[in-house]
Amino acid sequence: MIKIPHRQTVLWIASILVYAFLYIPLIIIVVFSFNDSKLNAEWVGFTLHWYKALLNNHEMLLAARNSLIIAISASFLATTLGTMAGLAIHRYKLKVLPILAFTPVAMPEILLGVSLLLFFLQVLNLTLGMLSIIIAHTTFCIGFVAIIVRARLQGMDESIFEAARDLGATPWQTFHQITLPLIRPAIIAGALMSFTLSIDDFVITFFTKGVGEPILPIQIYTMIKVAVTPEVNAISTLLMLLTLTLIIIATRFDTSMLRGESK
Amino acid sequence: MQTSSRLVKWLISGPPLLFLLIFFVTPSLIMIFTSFRLPGEFGGLAPVKLLPGEVAGDSGLTIETYQFFFSDFIYIEIFLKSFAVATITTLICIAMAYPLALLIARSRKKFRNLMIMLVVLPFASNFLVRIYAWMIILGPESGLSHFINGILVFFGIAPVTLLFSPFAVLIGMVYVHLPFMILPLYTNLEKHDPILLDAAQDLGANSWQRFWYVTWPQSLPGIFSGSALVFIPALGMFAIPDILGGTGDIMIGNLIKDQFLGTRDWPFGSTLSIMLTLAVLGIAGLFSWFAKPAIRMT
Repeated sequence: MIKIPHRQTVLWIASILVYAFLYIPLIIIVVFSFNDSKLNAEWVGFTLHWYKALLNNHEMLLAARNSLIIAISASFLATTLGTMAGLAIHRYKLKVLPILAFTPVAMPEILLGVSLLLFFLQVLNLTLGMLSIIIAHTTFCIGFVAIIVRARLQGMDESIFEAARDLGATPWQTFHQITLPLIRPAIIAGALMSFTLSIDDFVITFFTKGVGEPILPIQIYTMIKVAVTPEVNAISTLLMLLTLTLIIIATRFDTSMLRGESK
Repeated sequence: MQTSSRLVKWLISGPPLLFLLIFFVTPSLIMIFTSFRLPGEFGGLAPVKLLPGEVAGDSGLTIETYQFFFSDFIYIEIFLKSFAVATITTLICIAMAYPLALLIARSRKKFRNLMIMLVVLPFASNFLVRIYAWMIILGPESGLSHFINGILVFFGIAPVTLLFSPFAVLIGMVYVHLPFMILPLYTNLEKHDPILLDAAQDLGANSWQRFWYVTWPQSLPGIFSGSALVFIPALGMFAIPDILGGTGDIMIGNLIKDQFLGTRDWPFGSTLSIMLTLAVLGIAGLFSWFAKPAIRMT
């Protein structure tokens, strides 16, 4: 490593500016969520008023509950199917499954959203609601789980599985006693990742939601579009706390997620 | 043995395959099919009641929506504009991501994970929240607006509104997509062998030459994969122009959204979606074609 003090300084300044660009907007939201003013303009004083208002907002609490149900169901389904897909793609030379699993991850969300909308209404004749959102979220989360599980499998020594087979283990025993414990961190990371993606997703939810139940991102969208109150700051801060906690837990389990191995 | 291993193969690949065939492939096919249909008489209620065969002597299928797309320049114009926005977003992301990715890649190993974590964390917060933050920052009452307009007024220039402008859309786009450029770029830069830089220095290359002839060409695959990760979602984005943009800043995504949830012209909405899909496929193909010779160079 050569030391070039001058250029290193330039790099540092540019990098600090980029970090500031990434963080200042979020800090502003957190700060204004405690601000005793209806306008998001200047600091007036500390208050917990907006959090209390949130607790009394029935629609919002219902939306939070619905979004939790959706995220838990979708991440359970996506983790089960995604783990299978990751295992299958790693072990066999499959042509179709990788394309089907990874394309929804790579394409603009709006395309998946509208095609599912057409499918649900035209073919299934399904009333849009929680079920349609759960299915839609599962569809795009499968790919993420498969990517994480496969990345974990790729980093492992194949001879372990051969040894198990040589020692007379059945496929099920090999899976249950060797493969599963080894890929467990990836499965947990995938589940947390799907949960986060589901609870955050706006675009696909927007197209596959019904009119009945309120859903969290849709509620936030309506608040932003119609009447911005600092309540949005409060719910945003709480959501940040939730997703940050989940991401930190997820990366504890599997750091390969961090290295941009999704591509 | 042979049959049991085949059974295992189908047991683990079957369920995800089936799910994706039903909920990904079929909807896509339905969308292609819908684009060749006609909207219903009463747009709002039952736009695709015209099933093939229901109209005497007519299959009910048509390429009308495609002709419509190419007949009115406004749609092509919005497509071109969306391409421009996605391109500028990608270029700004490259410019902002490069120094940071380079710094992280050249930092000591134990700091790298922390620095990457700091890039990922904000992107873990809710998508709408991150856009909304810019509504506050660029809003007419914000400190930034007052500051910029103060300067403008001081020099006798009319004050500007930052929010609901193309500028606001670009900032939102860059903000949301930046990590997708930093991560692949960092993954690439981290693999570079510092020996090459040492060699260049020994041969008398200055720091600029070392960057331009050694680091930059090697980093092109990282730039291409980052660009694909930024450009493709940016091209289909509708939430950012919808929230931060003005009425003149709509992109393909907004157009598609309007066909499905506004005017309810599903066939035309499907046609627009297919045009977007074709554009995405073309771009993806282009990026991988460009990335290949660059990979061979390393």
